[in-house]
Amino acid sequence: MTALLPRRGLAQILALIVILAVDRVVSPQFFDLRLQDGRLFGSLIDVLNRGTPVALLSLGMVLVIATRGIDLSVGAVMAICGAIAASLADTHGLPVVLAAALGAGLVCGLWNGFLVAVLGMQPIVATLILMVAGRGIAQLITEGRIVTFSSPDLVWLGNGSVLGLPVPVVIALGMLILTGAVVRGSALGLLIEATGGNARASELAGVGTRAMIIAVYVWCGVCAALAGVIAAADIMGADANNAGLWLELDAILAVVIGGTSLFGGRFSLVLAVLGALIIQTMNTGILLSGYPPEFNLLVKAGVVLAVLLLQSPKLSGFAGIATRLRGTKA
Amino acid sequence: MQNSLDPAMPLLEVRGISKSFGAVHALQEVDFTLRAGEIHALLGENGAGKSTLIKVVTGVFPRDAGIVRIGGEDIAPRSAKAALAAGIATVYQEVNLLPNLSVAQNLFLDRQPMRFGIVREGEMRRRAKALLADFGLDIDVAAPLGSYSVAIQHVTAIARAVDLSARVLILDEPTASLDRHEVEILFRIMRQLAKRGIGIVFVSHFLDQVYEISDRITVLRNGRLVGERETASLPRLELIRLMLGRELAETTSARASAGEHKAREVCASFENFGKAGYVAPFNLELRHGEVVGLAGLLGSGRTETARLVFGAERADRGQARVEGTPVRLQSPRDGVRHGFGYCPEERKTEGIVAELTVRENIVLALQAKRGLHRPLSRREQDEIARRYVKMLDIRPADPERPVGLLSGGNQQKVLLARWLATSPRLLVLDEPTRGIDVGAHAEIIRLIRELCDDGLSLLVISSELDEIVTYSDRVVVLRDRAHIEELAGEAIDVGNILAAIAADSVAVALEAHT
Repeated sequence: MTALLPRRGLAQILALIVILAVDRVVSPQFFDLRLQDGRLFGSLIDVLNRGTPVALLSLGMVLVIATRGIDLSVGAVMAICGAIAASLADTHGLPVVLAAALGAGLVCGLWNGFLVAVLGMQPIVATLILMVAGRGIAQLITEGRIVTFSSPDLVWLGNGSVLGLPVPVVIALGMLILTGAVVRGSALGLLIEATGGNARASELAGVGTRAMIIAVYVWCGVCAALAGVIAAADIMGADANNAGLWLELDAILAVVIGGTSLFGGRFSLVLAVLGALIIQTMNTGILLSGYPPEFNLLVKAGVVLAVLLLQSPKLSGFAGIATRLRGTKA
Repeated sequence: MQNSLDPAMPLLEVRGISKSFGAVHALQEVDFTLRAGEIHALLGENGAGKSTLIKVVTGVFPRDAGIVRIGGEDIAPRSAKAALAAGIATVYQEVNLLPNLSVAQNLFLDRQPMRFGIVREGEMRRRAKALLADFGLDIDVAAPLGSYSVAIQHVTAIARAVDLSARVLILDEPTASLDRHEVEILFRIMRQLAKRGIGIVFVSHFLDQVYEISDRITVLRNGRLVGERETASLPRLELIRLMLGRELAETTSARASAGEHKAREVCASFENFGKAGYVAPFNLELRHGEVVGLAGLLGSGRTETARLVFGAERADRGQARVEGTPVRLQSPRDGVRHGFGYCPEERKTEGIVAELTVRENIVLALQAKRGLHRPLSRREQDEIARRYVKMLDIRPADPERPVGLLSGGNQQKVLLARWLATSPRLLVLDEPTRGIDVGAHAEIIRLIRELCDDGLSLLVISSELDEIVTYSDRVVVLRDRAHIEELAGEAIDVGNILAAIAADSVAVALEAHT
């Protein structure tokens, strides 16, 4: 389990601290927490709560990217599964609703995995298909309307609290622990990293690379389904057009900020989730600062660039040269 | 074949060229001389340095040392374009022209006849037609180049090069994708050009063609020049010896005599095993504690045999047996399950996972064999890694170092360790000593012997014949993707292997000689 907390997370932790400090400056109450009706409130809790969908997506995405793939369809899968959950919520119990939504996510993942691993399509193209078609499927399920529901069970999933923490945050934490336990507790982590690092070599070493690739897309689909259910529960309805819109890009960003290369290989679950939190901390900070939201995207781009540069081996190379130059001068 | 215009003055003179990539010496003080009007074959096995030499001469790679002269003048081209300006044109196996443009446009690309800023299509076509007519080609020059056969594309590329006033024409494996008739067309054109005083460098691994077309042969091996001869005075056997052998001391097998290994039990056998268009069906028995060498020239079917035996490629006929029991062998996973291991020739692309550590690379195959649900604990991994790092003397002795940072020899040892950790019954090694420095080379050969003494069965491919002779109990010789001969015991020596490779004609010649 030591691999869950690698030493290489320094750049991400530093970035998060800096952004938190900036947030504190723009909004003096940023770190205030208060307990009300057995539930914590405050900007920090808000960050965690709002960051949950992207954090969940990044858990699946990081595994897909570790195999040198990418999944553009997660936003659309969120929409599909949210729509399924919303349409079943008032007629069925929570277990059925969850099973149906997560099952749909699993099928979506199988489809992507099939296209990539069996038909050998490029992941970006293969998942683009479901990214486009998925929204259409979601609209078919909702029949073009925004489906609302009032099932208290499902609403609790989005707005309830456990031990003072919002339920979505608890779910995301649980998924992080579960994924970590499965991936690092079995040989899956090593075999995924080997597959992403060199698929041909891994196959010749007897690794079932095809099954590995299907498995990560399936997991990515399940994570997206959960994110979709939570997003629907949060607003007590499913909006096929806007649920999870563009979140695939945030999830990819979170993984990249977390230091996993798009060329596959080494990955870190914890740092990917940290990446999602960095993005959300930034979003919340900009909202609180009262700047016009147009700045949001630019600031985000700037911060992302900074984090990536901090991790870049080339840059540390330059830093090394600079130190050496200074050393010779002195 | 024909007298040069000025025998005193070579057309292209290369002297003392050296080129290193990191610690690897790709070329060491290589000389090469091309006379005007000569067809000069440049030969050597994979990794001998042929392409590096061509790329250095044509300015694709900068050289570390040495000079290149053309017509007595020193040149130092920085790019293929500069080399062309100096009169050296290269046509590669994959023609680098634009298949979507017409033949005429390809011929005059970058220098179309213009008037008032407009390309004179008619004029261009007329000139293209005339140019190709010189080469005995009468085709519609307005049709896209891609609509013609590879041979015509080659001729177009050559015509373009010659029209750009090339004096030296380098043809890199031009015949690899041509059929017999097309090869004849190409050869006719090569002879025409040679008559006009152009010097042609012909790179090929088809020895028949080399003997048919070339006047002179230069052979490289391991980045060094090993000889330049007149084709007519170089017997085929001698040529193969130059390409493959080292000093050819009369090395004979240091291994057990032919009688002894018969008694050993069969570990794996392959009956009428083969794949259409890949390797002709073969029979092969591999016994415990025995090394079987695969010898043959580049492209003779050695690697293909290895991949079929391991299961990396699916055989479409024949039966594989392990310890006498028929088995399914359709994927590397099947091979691993039956206790096979395979160290491929392409270490970097098919062997190591560069980013992962030495430890992770070593346990990879064992973990894959055990399956997902039975992970090796970190402590077990550490122990396995430590054991093999020590046993094979992998340096640096740090299991946590990414394997990509190790030298070639140590990467090879990591791959050996990966398979040894699975306690295999059969190991297939494809060129295990390629690109490895001399010290590690000897060590790997020592390892091969030790493993074999421990009862492992080994199938080893090597281009180094004296190496094969040193460790093999039996040697299978391949030619043209077929197993043609099996040598055992006393019969294993470099001379016999060469004779088998060099085809029947030589065997007949030898017989006549004695």
